[in-house]
Amino acid sequence: MTKAVRIERSTRTSRIFGVAGLFLLALLVAAPFYSGRSELYLWVEVFCYLALASLWNLLAGYTGLVSVGQQAFVGLGGYSLFTLTIFFGVPPLLAVMLAGAVATLFSIPTAWVIFRLKGAYFAIGTWVVAEVYRLTFAQVSVLGGGSGSSIPSQIVQSIAPNRLARDNLIYWTGLIVIVAVLATIYLILRSRWGLALTAIRDSEPAAESVGVDNYRTKFLVYLLTAGATGSVGALIALQKLRISPDAAFSVNDWTVFVIFIVVIGGIGRMEGPLFGTIVFFLLREFLADWGPWYLMLLGLFAIVITLTMPKGIAGMLADRFDIQIFPLRRRVRFRNPQDTIGPGLTSALERSQKS
Amino acid sequence: MDLVSTVLDGILLGGLYALFAAGLSLIFGVMRLVNIAHGDLIVLSAFVAMIIVGALGLHPLVTLVLVVPLMASLGYGLQRVVFNRALGHDILPPLLVSFGLSVFLQNALLQIFSGDSRRLHAGNLETWHFDLPGGIAVGVLPCVMFAVAVAVITGLQLLLYRTKLGRAFRSVSDDQETAQLMGINNAHLFGLAMALSLSIVSVAGVFLGIRANFDPSIGPTRLIFAFEAIIIGGLGDLWGTLVGGVILGVAQTLGARINPGYQILAGHIVFLAILTLRPQGFFPKTR
Repeated sequence: MTKAVRIERSTRTSRIFGVAGLFLLALLVAAPFYSGRSELYLWVEVFCYLALASLWNLLAGYTGLVSVGQQAFVGLGGYSLFTLTIFFGVPPLLAVMLAGAVATLFSIPTAWVIFRLKGAYFAIGTWVVAEVYRLTFAQVSVLGGGSGSSIPSQIVQSIAPNRLARDNLIYWTGLIVIVAVLATIYLILRSRWGLALTAIRDSEPAAESVGVDNYRTKFLVYLLTAGATGSVGALIALQKLRISPDAAFSVNDWTVFVIFIVVIGGIGRMEGPLFGTIVFFLLREFLADWGPWYLMLLGLFAIVITLTMPKGIAGMLADRFDIQIFPLRRRVRFRNPQDTIGPGLTSALERSQKS
Repeated sequence: MDLVSTVLDGILLGGLYALFAAGLSLIFGVMRLVNIAHGDLIVLSAFVAMIIVGALGLHPLVTLVLVVPLMASLGYGLQRVVFNRALGHDILPPLLVSFGLSVFLQNALLQIFSGDSRRLHAGNLETWHFDLPGGIAVGVLPCVMFAVAVAVITGLQLLLYRTKLGRAFRSVSDDQETAQLMGINNAHLFGLAMALSLSIVSVAGVFLGIRANFDPSIGPTRLIFAFEAIIIGGLGDLWGTLVGGVILGVAQTLGARINPGYQILAGHIVFLAILTLRPQGFFPKTR
């Protein structure tokens, strides 16, 4: 029996990008063999921002939970790394993963309290919580209080005895983190859960009416992104080897920039953070020396993009050129080219049942 | 007696927080816009007042004659040119636009005025005080701030419930489409609401500058204080916002008495506790 319709997910472009992506991954795995220290350092930064942006996009773009307080979990992850390695003797690379679990634990009471706030008030509520964490860690004197502390050298040595090997291991850890984050988001979005998330993104009442438990879904997504954000925070702390409350819980570094990346790239699309990260790092490489001018420009850029191109770069590419990198959309393909969605779909289905 | 004086300081500080909050609450009520740049606009007003003090040698409070119309015009323009385009059923665009504006303002101020701490010098007003029985000294400035906050809230209440403009604000708040059908020009009205909000912001900014040091980076924290006062008091009730400001102020001064590092933390914790126990605030009014 031949079906008149089939559901297709991958497109030719997404297959091309899939092959290119695997090729890029191979290049990235081998990067320590042909790149210098500073390039590897930059790559880890790129991984961190891409991961933070993808997670924020999952949270805000799909579930509508616009958080301005994700720096809470970046900071918690960083401090967990310090606590686990210094006081519990956990190997640093393992601590990066465990920091995610710690951040998840903290996110449960956090979510329980701030889920009472809706919409824009939720946004500022998350910010207050992040401030509470920052001010609290500034009072913890064993972790250096307000001025922060550095990882003792014997712990740094325990990663690998020499600097080159250490840099490589941190780089590969970063690569594992970003691949894990992107793969998780991809698999979630392709699953039933992803369908629920997309439904919530498009219309909350409609999602609820077809049986999605909005509150539960949002809660779980919040915990998941908090945990992954914690691991990224631990990675950031491991790369810097230093931590202080103001840097670890910085709203500018870990939320403002991340939101700009997602908005410029395209919110509510998995490709968005990818494009946004590229634009962000290009701008940074060329304009960072301008200091405040650079940030003013970034602020203006965000306003202009929101008003004129609300779907960002990824949205524009998808609308105009039908380009999508990740095969997340389901499309109906007809055997008979005259059939279309709508009445045609029903008749095509009927014919396929008869044959 | 020391404790009484700490609590009194906190209550009076609550007046300033209510001033921070009133403008934010007004525009949320009228157009459901949460202006993330609110705190930065307060700081901007303080800088504008500083320039006028420097240029004309006026007393900071007298500069309000110029700061209020300047900020009100800026508010009207911002609303018509920027915010109105972002408003809609989706909450994300206005949030992102005001977020962008916040970052822009902070860095523009940093570029123009550097990161140094500034102060608006108000002469004797800074030090004047009177003594209550029991040896409690009360500053005149905090009392003036509190009185101004009460006056601003009274004025807003009268405007909202006794005037034609107030009726228009309330009708738009209830139902934008129907209000428009009744002949209200929403875009213009939103502009007026933002102008009014920034007029209150000007007053708050000048008091902020007289009371303590300020620099371009302190805006976001003022936004958070304003937000906490609104939520504690209950969304939509202006007198509730004053009570919220007072609770926040007292929490902060008591926290600071235990340890100066706890001042802001104590305020946040009281806010979160109230959010947990009584999420609708003390005087909820929004539908």
